Amino acid sequence: MLTHALILSAALFVIGTLGVIVRRNAIVIFLCIELQLNAVNLAFVALSRYTGIEGQLYVFFVMTVAAAEAAVGLAIIISIFRHYETVNVDKFNLLKW
Amino acid sequence: MIEVLFVLFAVVALGGAFGVVISKSPVASLLFMVATLASVAGIYVLFEAHFLAAIQVLVYAGAIMVLFLFVIMLLNLGHDYRADLRFGLWSLLAFVVAGLTAGVLAQGFMDVGDTGFREDGAAIAAALDEAAREEGVAGVIAEPLFTDYVVAFELMGLLLLVAIVAAVVLAKPRN
Repeated sequence: MLTHALILSAALFVIGTLGVIVRRNAIVIFLCIELQLNAVNLAFVALSRYTGIEGQLYVFFVMTVAAAEAAVGLAIIISIFRHYETVNVDKFNLLKW
Repeated sequence: MIEVLFVLFAVVALGGAFGVVISKSPVASLLFMVATLASVAGIYVLFEAHFLAAIQVLVYAGAIMVLFLFVIMLLNLGHDYRADLRFGLWSLLAFVVAGLTAGVLAQGFMDVGDTGFREDGAAIAAALDEAAREEGVAGVIAEPLFTDYVVAFELMGLLLLVAIVAAVVLAKPRN
C-alpha cells in the first residue's frame, strides 16, 4: 500500500502542477498549489508510518504554513482585484515585457 | 478491506483533483478540492495518522476552503463560467513539465519497497502502534512537538501572527 500511496501522491502533485500552468484564474491556481502541498503531505504521512513520527510533525508544520500562505495569498488576490477588477493572471502584466 | 478503502479514496482523490483543474466555475473547483482533501484524510486514517486526518478535515477542508469560498463570494466570481484553460503552447509546456515531474517522482519512488527504504520499517510501525495505544493518537505527535520541536512550534505561532497582520493590512482598502 505504501508504493500505491506514493504513486497517488505523485499523481496528485502532477495534476496540481498541470493546474498551476494551465489555469488563468488566480484563485484556482492557488487551489492547485494547495493540492500540491497536500500531495507532499500524503507522501510524508505514508512514509512516516515506517520511518518514525517526524513525518507527521512535518505535515503538521506544512499545514500551518499552508494556512498562513492561504491567508496572505487571498489578501493579495483581494488587493489585486481592487486594482484590476479581475483575477485573470494574464491581466496582471505590469512586470511583463 | 483496507485495500478496497484505499482504492476508493484514491479514486475520489484523483477525480477531485482532475475536477479542480478542469471545472469552469471556481466554486465547483473548490468543492472538488474539498472532496480530494476529505479522501486524502481518509488515506491518512488508513496509515494510522488519525490526528492528522482530523486536522486535515477541520483546518484544510473546513477553515482554509471556507476562506477560499469566502473570497470567491466577496469578489463575486461565482458566476465566472468562462473557460480559462490555456491551450496551444501552454498546454504543451504543461504536459512536458508534468511528464518530467512524474518521471522524476517515479524514479525516486521505484525502490521504496513495502517498508519505506528501511530494513526496520515494520518494527517502527509496530512501535508507533504501541505508542499510540499508550499515549493516544494525539499524544504521539504532541510529545515530540513540545519537546524536540518546541522552537519550531513557537515559530509557527509567530508565523501565524505575522500572516494574520499581513492579511489584514493587505486586504484593507487604501484611502
